[in-house]
Amino acid sequence: MINKIVPSPAEAVADIFDGALVMVSGFGEAGSPIELLHALIDHGAKDLTVVSNNTGSGHVGLAALIGNRQVKKMVCSFPRTTNSKVFPELFHRGEIELELVPQGTLAERIRAGGAGIPAFFTPTGVNTPLAEGKETRVFNGQTFVLEHAIRADFSLVKCRMADRYGNLVYNKTARNFGPVMCTAAEKTIVQAAKIVELGGIDPEAVVTPGIFVNRVVGVKDPMDESTLVAEDRRYPW
Amino acid sequence: MVDNKKKTGWDVHEMARKVALDIPNGAYVNLGIGIPELVSGLVPEGREVIYHTENGLLGMGPAPEPGKENPELINAGKKCVTAVPGACYFHHADSFTMIRGKHIDICVLGALQVSESGDLANWSTGEPGAIPAVGGAMDLVAGVKTIYVISKHVTKTGMPKIVKQCTYPLTGKGVVDRIYTDLAIIDVAGEGLFVKELAPGVSFEYLQGQTEARLNQ
Repeated sequence: MINKIVPSPAEAVADIFDGALVMVSGFGEAGSPIELLHALIDHGAKDLTVVSNNTGSGHVGLAALIGNRQVKKMVCSFPRTTNSKVFPELFHRGEIELELVPQGTLAERIRAGGAGIPAFFTPTGVNTPLAEGKETRVFNGQTFVLEHAIRADFSLVKCRMADRYGNLVYNKTARNFGPVMCTAAEKTIVQAAKIVELGGIDPEAVVTPGIFVNRVVGVKDPMDESTLVAEDRRYPW
Repeated sequence: MVDNKKKTGWDVHEMARKVALDIPNGAYVNLGIGIPELVSGLVPEGREVIYHTENGLLGMGPAPEPGKENPELINAGKKCVTAVPGACYFHHADSFTMIRGKHIDICVLGALQVSESGDLANWSTGEPGAIPAVGGAMDLVAGVKTIYVISKHVTKTGMPKIVKQCTYPLTGKGVVDRIYTDLAIIDVAGEGLFVKELAPGVSFEYLQGQTEARLNQ
């Protein structure tokens, strides 16, 4: 029997090793797998490189992982938001690296990683500082820049519903980077608000096919990051 | 009675209305964060426009009523929005396929500087110590068919934003098609900048005085 369901977030992240490259789903708080991130804080793996669109808010979730000094480098498109405090402080002190990537290039580098494409040419960023030092090539009179795929050791992804095969359905704009990150990791670890029987998800409506998923953990009532930030909660509690 | 408050220029809502008037029926439109967001509420009667937000929604509607916010239904500025009937959700690679693949018709963005050849700088002032953040701006200007900039004509300290050459790091080179400011609407054509419309109380000479780049009438 195939059963990708694991009993707890702690068991789901137990083999994440020091120095791993970890992708984390989410656009701001929408789709950010807070419970998996907190399990990773408890677990303690360090020197991580994290690929995620932002750097988290307040002192919970991704921001707490960074604040706990487990991340040596962030790869993201927009490292500051209204409530991001932890990353800016460490960055100003020179204690965390940043690789800034245009958002669409970030999505495509992850997609390419999952699709077995090592690199690709894109028009995004040409003639800007973000293309400096990179190989360029002209196609049909237009200049494109070479960007390389990203593959992760682990992806941490939040979704709304899953089955034991790892088929996933997301919630509204919390889908964002989840589906591409699922494809691009050696081990994809998913937290799902609801786990259903096989057949409980219409095959026509599956967003991430289970082949891309290794582990699913049920997190029935995931925490709401903006509420935690408003209450100035800090993890570890 | 004499009205002493002689009106000069447009306010941000009038600027946004000017943009909305130039968006045709049926267009797929991406609106940047800030002043561009005002455009969505000002579509002329009888036109249907579909708004794209790069975090994965086509058919973005206005902000929800208080108490009906959903933190998993947000726009690119991470504000809560709604989805109109007929809307659809998709992941980031699909979203930027729409953008980079030239499927989005119009993008309305803010600006730090625009040059006379249509270069745009809107993501970084390049100050040492500032944390750079680019988001989707470079993808939008690289892939969307028509780029409109909506911005105050000068900075808060009165420095021109429409310049001969951008001094801030570029978002894209030669990408801007039209500029909507509080003083004028200006087209970027191959040969330079052409004033399409002057705001009330603004003369061409005054406008040129507020603009570093050379303007054509």
